[in-house]
Amino acid sequence: MTEPQNHNKRVLIVGGGIAGMQAALDIGGSGYEVVLVDRLPSVGGHMHQLSETFPTLDCAQCIMTPRTVDVGRHEKIKLHTYSEIEEIQGEMGDFRVRIRRKPAYVNWDICTACGACTEKCPTSIQVAFDRDLELPKTMRSGRVRHEGTGKAIYTLSPQAVPKKPVIDADHCTYLQSGKCGLCAKVCPVGAIDYEQGPSWSEERVGTIILATGFELYPLEKLGEYGAGRVADVIDALAMERLLSSSGPTSGVMRRPSDGKEPKEVVWIQCAGSRDPELAMPYCSKICCMYSAKQAMLYKHKVHHGQAYIFYIDIRSAGKRYEEFIQRAMEEDDVLYVRGKVSKVFREGEKVVVWGVDTLTGLPLEVAADMVVISPAMVPSEGTQALAGMLGLKVDEFGWWTEQDGNLAPLETVRPGIFVAGAGSGPKDIPEAVAQGSGAAGKVLSLLARWGGHDDQDAGHDELGR
Amino acid sequence: MKVSYFPGCTLNTTGKGFDNAVRASAAAVGLDLVELPDWNCCGATYPLIIDNMLELAAPAHVLVAAQQEGSILTTACSTCYNVLKRTNKFIQEHEEERDRINTFIEAEYAGEVEVKDILHMLRDDVGFEAIADKVQLPLKDLKVASYYGCMVLRPPNEVAYDDPDHPTSLDDLVAALGATPVDFAHKNECCGAYLAVKDESITREMVYAILRSAQNAGAEAVVTNCPLCQFNLDKQQAEMRKSYAGYQPVPIFYFSQLMGLALGLETEDYGWERHYVDARPLVQKLLEGAS
Amino acid sequence: MRVRLSAESVHNELVQRIEEYSGQGLMACYQCGKCAAGCPVAFAMDMLPSQVIRYAQLGLVEPLLESKTIWLCAACQTCYTRCPKGIDLSRIMEALREIVMLEKGSHINYDALTSEEQADWPQQAFIGGFRKYSV
Repeated sequence: MTEPQNHNKRVLIVGGGIAGMQAALDIGGSGYEVVLVDRLPSVGGHMHQLSETFPTLDCAQCIMTPRTVDVGRHEKIKLHTYSEIEEIQGEMGDFRVRIRRKPAYVNWDICTACGACTEKCPTSIQVAFDRDLELPKTMRSGRVRHEGTGKAIYTLSPQAVPKKPVIDADHCTYLQSGKCGLCAKVCPVGAIDYEQGPSWSEERVGTIILATGFELYPLEKLGEYGAGRVADVIDALAMERLLSSSGPTSGVMRRPSDGKEPKEVVWIQCAGSRDPELAMPYCSKICCMYSAKQAMLYKHKVHHGQAYIFYIDIRSAGKRYEEFIQRAMEEDDVLYVRGKVSKVFREGEKVVVWGVDTLTGLPLEVAADMVVISPAMVPSEGTQALAGMLGLKVDEFGWWTEQDGNLAPLETVRPGIFVAGAGSGPKDIPEAVAQGSGAAGKVLSLLARWGGHDDQDAGHDELGR
Repeated sequence: MKVSYFPGCTLNTTGKGFDNAVRASAAAVGLDLVELPDWNCCGATYPLIIDNMLELAAPAHVLVAAQQEGSILTTACSTCYNVLKRTNKFIQEHEEERDRINTFIEAEYAGEVEVKDILHMLRDDVGFEAIADKVQLPLKDLKVASYYGCMVLRPPNEVAYDDPDHPTSLDDLVAALGATPVDFAHKNECCGAYLAVKDESITREMVYAILRSAQNAGAEAVVTNCPLCQFNLDKQQAEMRKSYAGYQPVPIFYFSQLMGLALGLETEDYGWERHYVDARPLVQKLLEGAS
Repeated sequence: MRVRLSAESVHNELVQRIEEYSGQGLMACYQCGKCAAGCPVAFAMDMLPSQVIRYAQLGLVEPLLESKTIWLCAACQTCYTRCPKGIDLSRIMEALREIVMLEKGSHINYDALTSEEQADWPQQAFIGGFRKYSV
């Protein structure tokens, strides 16, 4: 182990969501160098997908864009997007991190982000960022497409940072069959590189913040709710994309199957959460709030629409959260129904929902036009593998295990390695941001003890392609 | 102090004894009640249907009549108080509806009169200390549970001059009369009001809960300021003896009856003969205890 | 048989009339049950006071019009006084009674009362009952 005065003062942050970005900006702002790794082409994480935020109904992208822009141009923050951690060795003060960058098939060093490639790309695809929403062709051709999204060469959104395109190799006609090549033809600077392979680099850092985040429990595992096979039954992140003005419908409320405006929409809470027998035993914590928000936004877009939220308890423990729920009921006429939905199935043009109102004891059904499921939050893919690399523990559901849930929620059992955000369990945006800042504070207090900003030569090795 | 007084239908008929007691004891403490000339029934319930101006006409008419007589209108019937107070507030706060009511009753009234329950006046305008000073026959050792019912307490933002959950004005009055107030949890529970007109058994169960609570707290007598409560609490006890084994009835007084007694007034016309649970033995005991 | 809810059914004409007559927003109720917990007549009701609002929120007004509950509410205002959402449930009860009586006429037969009863009862019980139970 190196002496503290020789410890590397660079910091690795895994995950460029709102927690990771917060930590990066706090640490970078203090003059220390940050290496920020994210698997997507751009930073922002799930917040980037959201329409508005609760309880203020701020536009998520609007309030986040200053952060992403700062991260993108911060002289102390080094971005590795479209990249994943392949190996980490060492200990506090001296970690060596091997990072694999996926082939983008675009030379980002010379790309000017003019957007000509995506504009001319003839192949529309379902994008994971848009939750694979596939809308009818009639809608797609009729609507204003957001610059750069939803094609085989794409960026995540018009506000993406970095705003550089990548090619989806599985759907690119050229990469699949050697035909087309339109993007290369139209690129004014010759940045398209169909031969590009993965590349590796090594970073040396002294501390690590794991801000690996979450994903949603797959609909496929929720058989009673249609197993992901019933048209117009979507998950909550897909609803965010439908509501978002940068989403596949430009924020116009349309259901996926036929592009019609849904007149009756049902939200189903606790799908796979609070379910020790069939799925996850824990409460996913954010669903009550975002479903109220989504139902509100839906009502703002479809004034005469009917929104139903089937819940088993309403959990709104946060500043101004309860008031927000009551506003959804009172001002936006959202009908809350107490009782867990038992079954969802298709009947012609409708999605039938079988539920109950336990307050009256009446079994109910709603013939809905669209159903939005709030699946359990689960740890993001790769958390377990990363834990293995680091010799860290995750709990039985895959969430990071904190050193102490009460008193050391940001520390792991290994010195110099911290956690922040939803990777250690369901959290909303304010909590994730607070944890990002908290973890940054933990790191900065170590760096203060180690002394000085003498990190300049302890940097980065290109390992070649 | 002279003040306009609205007896209301009940105190004018079956509750005449209470009315006699109210007028006499109020006069004895310097409150000169001047009966409102040509008064009409207030309607006995405050209309709860929005936009029902027609039902507000009767109480509004009373208020208009009161305006001719002075700035304050008082009543000793808690239901009348509730109806008149709420109507007045409604007229004050709803300009458009006020115009419609005025058109209907041919008046120009905007809520100028102050409607004040007589208990409120005894507390704030006369003062319980002043009343205590005039007591001739302190109701010593009498444990009294004060029962307020609903009408002077709820809705609090419209009618209450006392704490809706823990009212004290009646307790403080009986204490001023020399009695010992006993606190009990049911002092603000509903007795069933006019429900008895439809189904006395429900009222009986409600009354039983109230009186059991009072007696468990040690009450030998119950005092109330609502004539309908007095009736329900009193009348149901006859049957309660049969329905609830071992139930011992307790006399139900109207507050003005106890006031008149303690002030040493002539109480013969206080309506004792109308009580279902005879209060006279206790009254006799009090009178003997004092002599 | 399942009850099928729809945008039309939950906002039906009767629901609109309840809101219009009572001046109360039904959707403001979050079903805490405090009204039922404190109601002095709840023991005798066939439907809890909170359930009256709940049925109305679901657009199921017919069961309310047939319930005993609406005739048992004495308008004591205990629920309204303590309601965390400021809903005057006694007005909703009155609206429901009004809807029934406008269609079916008065709910009480005063002729059935004996003259002895009539002489005993305080005027306010008669008049109040008459106002509550008749059109």
